[in-house]
Amino acid sequence: MSSSEPLTDASAADASPVESSGAHAASRLDPGAKAVLTVQNLRMYFPVKTSGIIRRTVGHVQAVDGVSFQVPTGGALGLVGESGCGKSTTGRLITRLLRPTGGTIDFDGRDIAQLSNRELLPLRREIQMIFQDPATSLNPRHTVGAIVGAPLLIHKVVPKDKVLPRVQELLEIVGLNPEHYNRYPHEFSGGQRQRIGIARALTLQPKLLVADEPVSALDVSIQAQVINLLQDVQKEFGIGFLFIAHDLAVVRHFCPEVAVMYLGKIVEIADRETLYLRPHHPYTQALLSAVPDVKQAAIGGRRERIRLEGDVPSPILPPSGCRFRTRCSLAQEICAKVEPPLMQIGPRHKVACHFAGELGHAPKEPVTMQVCGVDAHGSPVAGAAPDVQLNEPGFSDSWLDLQTGQRAGA
Amino acid sequence: MFAYAVRRVFAGIIMLTAMSMVTFVMFFASPIDPAQFACGKNCSLEQRAQVRKGLGYDQPVWKQWKSFAVGVFKGRDYPEDKSLRESAPQLVAHCAAPCLGYSRVNIATVTEEFKDRIPVSSSLAVMAFLMWIAGGIALGAIAAITKGSIIDRGVVGTALVFYAFPTFFVGLFLLKFLAIKWQIFPVPNYISIADGGIGSWLTNLVLPGLTLALFYMAGYVRMTRAFVLESMGEDYLRTAKAKGLAPRKILFKHTMRAALTPLVTMAGLDFAGLLGGAVITETVFNYNGLGKLAVDSVQTYDLPTIVGLVLLLGAFVILANIIVDILYAFIDPRVRVG
Amino acid sequence: MSSFLSVRDLVVHFPTVDGVVKATENLSYELDRGQTLGIVGESGSGKSVSSSAILGLHRGTNAEVSGEIMLDGVDLLKVNDETIRRKRGREVAMIFQDPLSAMHPYYTVGNQISEAYRVHNNVSRKQARARTVEMLDRVGIPQPDRRVDDYPHQFSGGMRQRAMIAMALINDPGLLIADEPTTALDVTVQAQILDLLQDLQREFNSAIIIITHDLGVVAEMADDVLVMYAGRAVEYGPTKEILVHPEMPYTWGLLSSVPDVVGDTDAKLIPIRGNPPSLLTPPAGCAFHPRCDHTDKVPGRLCFTTLPELTPARAGGDHTKRCHLVNPDEVYAKEVLPEIAPEMSEEDA
Repeated sequence: MSSSEPLTDASAADASPVESSGAHAASRLDPGAKAVLTVQNLRMYFPVKTSGIIRRTVGHVQAVDGVSFQVPTGGALGLVGESGCGKSTTGRLITRLLRPTGGTIDFDGRDIAQLSNRELLPLRREIQMIFQDPATSLNPRHTVGAIVGAPLLIHKVVPKDKVLPRVQELLEIVGLNPEHYNRYPHEFSGGQRQRIGIARALTLQPKLLVADEPVSALDVSIQAQVINLLQDVQKEFGIGFLFIAHDLAVVRHFCPEVAVMYLGKIVEIADRETLYLRPHHPYTQALLSAVPDVKQAAIGGRRERIRLEGDVPSPILPPSGCRFRTRCSLAQEICAKVEPPLMQIGPRHKVACHFAGELGHAPKEPVTMQVCGVDAHGSPVAGAAPDVQLNEPGFSDSWLDLQTGQRAGA
Repeated sequence: MFAYAVRRVFAGIIMLTAMSMVTFVMFFASPIDPAQFACGKNCSLEQRAQVRKGLGYDQPVWKQWKSFAVGVFKGRDYPEDKSLRESAPQLVAHCAAPCLGYSRVNIATVTEEFKDRIPVSSSLAVMAFLMWIAGGIALGAIAAITKGSIIDRGVVGTALVFYAFPTFFVGLFLLKFLAIKWQIFPVPNYISIADGGIGSWLTNLVLPGLTLALFYMAGYVRMTRAFVLESMGEDYLRTAKAKGLAPRKILFKHTMRAALTPLVTMAGLDFAGLLGGAVITETVFNYNGLGKLAVDSVQTYDLPTIVGLVLLLGAFVILANIIVDILYAFIDPRVRVG
Repeated sequence: MSSFLSVRDLVVHFPTVDGVVKATENLSYELDRGQTLGIVGESGSGKSVSSSAILGLHRGTNAEVSGEIMLDGVDLLKVNDETIRRKRGREVAMIFQDPLSAMHPYYTVGNQISEAYRVHNNVSRKQARARTVEMLDRVGIPQPDRRVDDYPHQFSGGMRQRAMIAMALINDPGLLIADEPTTALDVTVQAQILDLLQDLQREFNSAIIIITHDLGVVAEMADDVLVMYAGRAVEYGPTKEILVHPEMPYTWGLLSSVPDVVGDTDAKLIPIRGNPPSLLTPPAGCAFHPRCDHTDKVPGRLCFTTLPELTPARAGGDHTKRCHLVNPDEVYAKEVLPEIAPEMSEEDA
């Protein structure tokens, strides 16, 4: 059971709301933790209909096309990417706001991917969501107390007379004045409204929280407050987080493991240090080089920026083989013919690229030849059995070491 | 675009069919016996039965509707009952296709009833429409630009006053003062273009047109004002200003164009509704339009006329909706399908 | 030699029913052609309001604007409405945050860009169109002769912002004001836009004011930085100076509360407590004091009672700051830096 102690000192100097101050270090990874969420080969295709007299489906927007990952209990996985990569859609699939076209979503031992709304009802207590825009995600006609208390009433968790004390408790936990339960959202600032949204998500003590761009709409100084609050809440209640954002720096601080998405697929997933210091996928490298860095500029050097040409291709007709190849400087024949699998190349590092390698050290020959059963030009090799171990969520004990070309690990 | 229009027309036809069915059902669901009504005050039971048979009301409702529906395409003969027709062939009336029905009350096919009345209602609608559009938009825009000032409040307030007055009052008021007392306009009487030329057609439409227009203008002044104000708060106006555009250019090219879209929608639908006749105004000025026909036919339980009117008015509204939607696509490039 | 743009003691007040909102107070800065000034602040800092005043966008509203804005020798606050209108889009241009809402949805992109050109130049439609296509090409839009007839919603976010830049630069203005130009864009697109702005600056020798809340953008693009808080400048000087030796607790707060992508994972995220101040009733004395962790280092209750003046920083030069602390550089090195950049402070030590 969760504790009901407020996390911050409620005896603030004035009547202004209490907030999570103090320095917070980045979250740490717990390698032994069990997975609370396991997603395998998740797909979401939206039909595209013609505008003729009889509307036929002519294609699909492949918003999410076969993603697999795990979120550890009490841990956090970051999902980053640019607009149109499918990260928000993935978040909506996990919370079952959408019904996936395919794949499995294993939550706490049960596959919730195709459950009906009625079967999902008890599960909605366990998986909650925090949204991006605090201004529009709260009903302006409801008091804060009603907003936060609604889940308790819907799921009949506590008797009616116990609802208000619980609401006040939650308001205190997120750093708001518990006496303000009768106020309306417009009476609060943006950061405070986001805290209300967090309180609402915590009401039912969920095991998993999907945070879709939780701080993008906030002022810079408030962002840090809310991030720290989320860290405190996570530690206190043991909640697993799927942290969806486009801001690589914020994700880096909050998530010990990060997955990078491009056009509906995960192109690289690794623990924080590996992803940010030794990215092996050209898209991740380009993404990181594009982020303006204060400290770097202050010292005086500017990293060589990798310029990505062109626009993101349409998700209705994605490029054959590797989807990133139209903008990739390393692309070769095999990239158009064979889709690179998400292959494990380190204890906690997977990458989907035929020429995966550190920046400036891309291999001359594709590294995926054996795994895919093809030659260097992408043509299938007779008799080769492609490795079927791919697309498994999580990390295994053995991997392909790129330096030696041999399997390594246990 | 074409496929879209076809789809809509098709849906419209289905809707009209449903409307006719509902009308039939509602007509017979009323507690008053229509045959009794048609028969008159001193009506014996046998006479009533005979009238009922003659009008075809003894048939089940669905069968009556079927005859009507078939008649629309093939034409019909009245009375329905074959035996009655044969017994008195000189009283048989033939209604050529498309046959919307035959009114016993007015001794004419519904189509004939409409023929003379449609131009009256249409002229009235057009005149009123032009007046309220010109007046409403201009005054609304002025009110928006001078927001908060005395002009703004005056315009909106006056519009509200006219909205609050019932049309019969306004109509009578205008009739009494502008036509009778001060004789600025002739006492209105509908004169078609064929009869009296455009000049007299117009002058006779001014007063009733104005009566209607003042009522609608109120709504349009307020709507225009709201849309223009909303448009003024948009970011692209800030860009236009930052480019150095002159205020007048910003107003007409940018602000008004954006405010126009919702106005077009409303105007189209209002106009279509008005084509079906304005009952009170037609009565006050004694114009023989569709509105008067509607009231009369309901009072006399004239089923064929009622059904015909429902279909005609329904078709106007459906058509107007389709046209407005297509127009929308021309005005707002974001809406274009395919 | 006087600067190309010189703002002196700019004040912008908005009288409202609740009182006077003091959006900008005594703001002063200078900028030359070919230079970039980054104005950093959060919502309510007055950064956008003060820059809009340069274009005279507050005229006709009930705002009270005073001070001096000298652009190329002319005081923009003293000229009449017609004169300032002629300068807009021609001598000084502005691009805004959200390119989708900043363009009229009913007109083609080409139409709107040509409009900007034809307002200030007496040319035919054909000539304006040719120039528009030329500018679209210059800002890197592929197939400009075809895309010129597209509508704003048919462009992607990055392309739209490029089109806005084309619109702003088509008359070759000496000063370009970019108000949060990349906030609504993806990070790779942001990089492209910033690179484009720098290329164009080199070519046209324009002065650029870039308004942002993102210190990273400022770090990459700006020669000078002006940090605003509660309508006032609280730190001003060369970017390198301010990022390496900041001397105002708010700037420290900004640097500490923003995570970065490289560097030590032991670096802590330290938020600035409290909320941005009300511009209607700003705190007495130093507006930042309710959120400042260092007021105890100042003798007496100076921070609570007296507004600090802009004084030169310890390192000297053009760096000024608005704070009562006597030894901010020491405080920064000893208390703040070890928390937010442990490896850097070890190097310094």
